[in-house]
Amino acid sequence: MEALLNILKELHPEVDFETCDTLIDDKILDSFDIISIITSVNTEYDVAIPAEEIIPENFNSAEALYDLIERLQDED
Amino acid sequence: MKKKRILTILVVACLLVGGLWFLQKLLTPKYINEIIEGRLIADYYDNAGGNDVVFIGDCEVYENISPITLWEDYGITSYIRGSAQQLIWQSYYLMEETLKYEKPKVMVFNVLSMKYGEPQNEAYNRMTLDGMRWSDSKVNSIKASMTDEEEFITYLFPLLRYHSRWSELSGEDFEYLFKTKRSFHQGYLMRVDVRPVTSYPSPTPLQDYQFSDTSYEYLDKMVKLCKDNGVELVLMKAPSIYPYWYDEWEEQMEDYAEKNGLLYINFLELLDETGIDFDTDTYDNGLHLNLSGAEKLAKYLGAELQETYQLPDHRGDAQVAAKWQEKSDFYHEMEADQYRELEEYGYLKSYGGRKPAGQED
Amino acid sequence: MLFTSYTFIAFLAAMFVLYYLVPKKFQWMLLLAGSYLFYAWAGIHFLAYILVTTVTTWYAAKRMTVLQTEQSAYLKAHKAELSREEKKALKAAGKKKTRHWMLFCLLLNLGILAVLKYTDFFISNINGIFDTDIAFMRFALPMGISFYTFQSMGYLLDVYRGKYAAQDSLGRFALFVSFFPQVIQGPISRYDDMAKTLYDEHPYDHHNISFGIQRICWGFFKKMVVADRILVAVNELIKNPADYTGAYVLAAMFFYAIELYADFTGGIDITIGIAQVFGVHLVENFERPFFSKNTAEYWRRWHITMGTWFRDYIFYPISVCQPMLKLSKASREKLGQALGKRVPVYLSTSIVWFVTGLWHGASWNFIVWGMLNCLVLIVSQEFEPFYAWFHKKFPKVGRTFWYRLFQVARTFCLMSAIRILDCYRDVPLTFHQVGTIFTEGNWNVLVNGSLLELGLSAADWGVILAGVLAMLIVSLIGRSGSVREKLSKQPMALRYGVYAALFLGVLIFGAYGIGFDASQFIYNQF
Repeated sequence: MEALLNILKELHPEVDFETCDTLIDDKILDSFDIISIITSVNTEYDVAIPAEEIIPENFNSAEALYDLIERLQDED
Repeated sequence: MKKKRILTILVVACLLVGGLWFLQKLLTPKYINEIIEGRLIADYYDNAGGNDVVFIGDCEVYENISPITLWEDYGITSYIRGSAQQLIWQSYYLMEETLKYEKPKVMVFNVLSMKYGEPQNEAYNRMTLDGMRWSDSKVNSIKASMTDEEEFITYLFPLLRYHSRWSELSGEDFEYLFKTKRSFHQGYLMRVDVRPVTSYPSPTPLQDYQFSDTSYEYLDKMVKLCKDNGVELVLMKAPSIYPYWYDEWEEQMEDYAEKNGLLYINFLELLDETGIDFDTDTYDNGLHLNLSGAEKLAKYLGAELQETYQLPDHRGDAQVAAKWQEKSDFYHEMEADQYRELEEYGYLKSYGGRKPAGQED
Repeated sequence: MLFTSYTFIAFLAAMFVLYYLVPKKFQWMLLLAGSYLFYAWAGIHFLAYILVTTVTTWYAAKRMTVLQTEQSAYLKAHKAELSREEKKALKAAGKKKTRHWMLFCLLLNLGILAVLKYTDFFISNINGIFDTDIAFMRFALPMGISFYTFQSMGYLLDVYRGKYAAQDSLGRFALFVSFFPQVIQGPISRYDDMAKTLYDEHPYDHHNISFGIQRICWGFFKKMVVADRILVAVNELIKNPADYTGAYVLAAMFFYAIELYADFTGGIDITIGIAQVFGVHLVENFERPFFSKNTAEYWRRWHITMGTWFRDYIFYPISVCQPMLKLSKASREKLGQALGKRVPVYLSTSIVWFVTGLWHGASWNFIVWGMLNCLVLIVSQEFEPFYAWFHKKFPKVGRTFWYRLFQVARTFCLMSAIRILDCYRDVPLTFHQVGTIFTEGNWNVLVNGSLLELGLSAADWGVILAGVLAMLIVSLIGRSGSVREKLSKQPMALRYGVYAALFLGVLIFGAYGIGFDASQFIYNQF
């Protein structure tokens, strides 16, 4: 989780990722950000997030994103 | 509450319909000072009934024959249902419509429009069709006349056609919103000025001289319509030297008249008999006759018709005579006024005349 | 049947009456019948194309859902017996089977689109390069093919990804593909969005119908009063490039921006309004795009459904595919974190914009247009640190109205300049024309009355100005919520006044009928 928060912070230092749960709905993350996150996550956690998982529910909060990573790691 | 609601809806609906009706009235062209022939067709309804002769056709009738002369010299009552570039199916449906208002003894059709077998020009269509009152004749005439770009609904609601006139509205659109102006003499459009024929046409040969099937179809329908209604149909060709009347066309008309037992008068071949002189009797170099020409033509035609069809002389009928006396007065008033303008300005200032060459604005 | 034809209005009226007369369970069938009638109107043989797309997509999706359900049922039933590896292998095998269906259907339909739309472009390039003289095929493009193909393929990919189950009924699916208000020019709807209301039984709902009709009228106003009128001047300017250079090109950019906006958003207003009259909710395609503060935002607010389609079905898959992730890793190692991170994003952005350009039209103009958009996006992304520095240094400036206005104006000008590629015959001519803006120096033509010689009178320009003002006011009001909702709360006199003004505005000041050519909606052929 710590590593993920670092990834996010690097993109948008001004956002409080620990509490925000409307990252997509409030258009805080755009598609460039999302790709950056996915590639960083890929390096950090060795998890490939497939395109079908790029939906608002998975990216609206750091927590949801972390759940997704864990689920994908579990499936591997 | 419910009552109030219904009332509101009614008021809104009335305002909307009223507003649209008013806008339509306002935006439809009035044809008061320019292209006054746009008013010819609508003019008929005030003069319908009691006409022994009705002329039908394009500008070759409404500019070339004087019904007032027919009255004054022969006591023949007549009316011209002419309009600019009237196509043959339009003529047919006008005949059909006329028979709903009255039963003349003779109908005279000018055959120049035999040359058109297809819809021609939207603007001319509007001038012939907009003025007609609604009837199945009008509906059928519209359907037969529409060019590809036209839509029937624009005849039903002319606002859809004329909406873009908002930028060119003028005083006459407001002044003549609910009234019109008297300009015609039983469908005759008077011009007293003279512009002689200067050159005779050298006709360009045509690929095909045969009149179209459509033209013949409607001519046949005219023959049948007149027969069914006991009306004598006469065919005429006015003495206009433009547009050119080909010999091949003349032959076809002569054949047709003979086959159907119709009287056909080609005034181009009767210049000596009528006394038409292209130096004095035309106002636009031979396209149309002026008043002098129209009267000459009427004199000849009146004699011919009276002799052939024994048309009654109504001058003895006091009631009819009174009505026609009034028409006659208006005719001579306008004649005098046109001569006055000619004298005063050198051209027919308020009757659609053009300034002579060299004096244009 | 053009939206602005009497035939279409009569068709719409008949559909409306029937829709609320037939038993409710037949409503969607009526829409289907109407949609096919509407489509057949454009040419009965075109039905073949939309039918092929409909049937193949419907069937492939159905097969995929069957395979997916069978597999998950099997996995569930044998949960205990299977090892983790076995499960994984089973899943992979299942995925492969569904992938076959997906690929077959995708390639077939994109193939049809590609052949019909791009063959001649391909031939002309071959002819240009090899100096050959291959004859053009000149295929007639079926109405709305780019739109219904994309909409169907979105559905196919969603089913493949397991987002939702396939639609069982061919008829219902056919309605989704051919729904007549949107088949010509979008929006490109998603199946799960549309299915929420498309097949429902819709009782007569005064609110929906009244709001729908208002929206339709507003669409007609934009299209007929503004777009079709200013079109005359735009055409004059771009059809005679040699006569109109320098400042005229600037004027053309500006006028074309107005025309395209009024035409396209007006068409979408009509589409969404019609759907609303039938109780069907369609997703919005525009969100006051000319108020955007930067290009990225502009593309999130202009033709939204196209943008999200490209994002979800091209940009994301390309960006997160295995080779791209590998490239990302490699570039981070070689080029360092900061730069390396950007390489894959920019690469997929370029690909997406190339395809977007190509989708708009089979010509180099659109490809260059797409690449220029991409360039602007990347450059502004690169400027990000500079802006951040600037705002840190001058924190007050960024918050002023004038700075925001500057941003909006900058975006508008930039987008208008790029968009002019739609207009001129080819790319070199476009660049030449734009170049003359800086060299010609004929600025006086903008003020000396020359603009009145473009086929529009002063009165016409007055109408256009009033129309643009009306659009601006509506947009400004719309920032804080639905304009129609707000209007409905006003006193009756004002409400009816606005309705009457809108209706009469279209009727009197619309550029329709003889003398004006009802132009096809600009996006029709795309």
